[in-house]
Amino acid sequence: MAGLKLDGLRKSFGANEILKGVDLTLADGEMLVIVGASGCGKSTLLRLVAGLETPTGGRILIDGRDVTQADPSARDIAMVFQNYALYPHMSVYENMAYGLKIRGLRKAEIRAKVDAASSLLGLDALLDRKPRQLSGGQRQRVAMGRAIVRDPKLFLFDEPLSNLDAKLRVQMRGEIRRLQRRLKVTSLYVTHDQVEAMTLGDRLLVMHQGVPVQLATPTEIFERPADTYVAGFIGSPAMNLLPGLMRRNGTAIAVDDSEFALGPQRYALPDGHPVFLGIRPEHVALAADGMAWPVEVVELLGSEMLVHATRPGGATLTLRTPNAPTGGPAMGETIRVAFPAERIHVFDRDSGRRIEPA
Amino acid sequence: MRRSALHLIPHAVLILAILLFALPIWIAIAGSTQDSAAIARGEVSLVPNFDGLGVYRDVLLDGSAGAGPVWRALLVSAGMALAIAFGKIALSLPSAYAVTFFRFPFRMTAFWLIFLTLMLPVEVRLIPTFQVMSSLDLINSFTGLTIPLIASATATLLFRQTFLAIPDELVEAARMDGAGPLRFLRDIVIPVSGANIAALFVILFVYGWNQYLWPLLVATDPKLDTVVIGIVKMIGVDTATEWNKVMATAVLALIPPVAVVLLMQRWFLKGLTEGDK
Repeated sequence: MAGLKLDGLRKSFGANEILKGVDLTLADGEMLVIVGASGCGKSTLLRLVAGLETPTGGRILIDGRDVTQADPSARDIAMVFQNYALYPHMSVYENMAYGLKIRGLRKAEIRAKVDAASSLLGLDALLDRKPRQLSGGQRQRVAMGRAIVRDPKLFLFDEPLSNLDAKLRVQMRGEIRRLQRRLKVTSLYVTHDQVEAMTLGDRLLVMHQGVPVQLATPTEIFERPADTYVAGFIGSPAMNLLPGLMRRNGTAIAVDDSEFALGPQRYALPDGHPVFLGIRPEHVALAADGMAWPVEVVELLGSEMLVHATRPGGATLTLRTPNAPTGGPAMGETIRVAFPAERIHVFDRDSGRRIEPA
Repeated sequence: MRRSALHLIPHAVLILAILLFALPIWIAIAGSTQDSAAIARGEVSLVPNFDGLGVYRDVLLDGSAGAGPVWRALLVSAGMALAIAFGKIALSLPSAYAVTFFRFPFRMTAFWLIFLTLMLPVEVRLIPTFQVMSSLDLINSFTGLTIPLIASATATLLFRQTFLAIPDELVEAARMDGAGPLRFLRDIVIPVSGANIAALFVILFVYGWNQYLWPLLVATDPKLDTVVIGIVKMIGVDTATEWNKVMATAVLALIPPVAVVLLMQRWFLKGLTEGDK
């Protein structure tokens, strides 16, 4: 088993710089999820590690060995593709055995490895089928089996669940997690789905426009997002970001005509400094004497409801609240809300960076 | 009532088309069993005369005035058609593979040069090709008969289209599995394109079988007469043409291409339904 180290990895396609320098170290057996919107460079990063693209700059080390220029097959890695990329003319068994066959393993050895992987994945009964005779979930399992039999130093997952329906996705997500824990293979997992990212990763790397924005545990990223991009990207519905000004010597923020206290600590920012007040929809509290927000839309989600409100100035707020039997806020009404001080995030309005209390 | 009447129209059109298509073939079959003189007078009966079936034995073994036995002509035709079909596939597979999957200097130039030859079929370059074959001393040889027909771009173009449809991820998966270029061609590209290779084989076989102009020019030795040439030679200018023999030969010439189509049809239907997408 082995770790992965990326050293100032850059990639340009012509004048278009996709990756602007990524440094990253993965511990042995760690599962790191790279998450970001499409075009953020996450897939390119994965393909560089796989050896399917050549980096413009920087180095890739697997298990301490520099593989930057090595052929994909010489890197001792396995990849699970979004479209599974199973060989359509080969049976499940042949699909899993192909890589081993090329490596020149003996028949008995191949048989043993494929059998082990297929029983691990519950594919025993399907070994003679062709990929087209399998369901999406089964194909996904075969793709993982093909990766497992190789016993690689590193697993790469390129959005492996995006072609599955919602229910299957949840199930396969759990399976991948269990499998990865059990095999303890260092894994790099790329996704645009934040739920997948939160549930699968030991750590998360949030990418934005070719730059890693934050690398931390899922909890850390959720509770202390590094900037407004991460704050808006992780969490659903997204965090409310209300433009405001610093007040009272760094202990309060004014939004429109209301002031919100920031708790015991103070922020080292001058009064009048433009900031964003960040508050997650589930942390917005209804309060009789709070700030007034006219309700625009109410979405019922079953056990809870989302209330979208807009101030006359254009600022919008989303509030997530349990679905009360008496009926909650209705369209056209005005709700009054408060923001609990310990739940407020402060971001610099110009740079978007998170500001911690002094 | 209206509906069923409307339904009949397409059927009527189809039946008419089938008749138009099949009638000449039927006339040839029926005519081959009848008296040559009667055919020459234009009195072809649509009912085959079963006593006249011996004509097939006659043409196969002895041929007719002006042409050798048809069995040899059939053999030459089969040899030529197979050589052209296999030769073209063997030539175009690697060239299409190269221009599709590899980046090398002047890749597109190479592709366009291949493409350009499409505009120069054998008929257009007849004289220079004959000159080349003559210089190489290949006139009246099987090599001279087939080689110029093998070199063409059609198959390369079709294979390129087929290969372009192979998903990138499949190529990448094979690379990660450690498959080198030749392995990838043998284990993935050719099996995945099986249906297209079969379809192309049918087209090329029929193309080769029906060649007329080039064999007429390059092979003057009667031993190298194809069955198509044989038919023409049977239609004498001054001697009385034995029309029943001509028709029998035409029917015999029809059988191999039809057989290939029928045989391969099962094959590429299988290929089409077994595809992943």
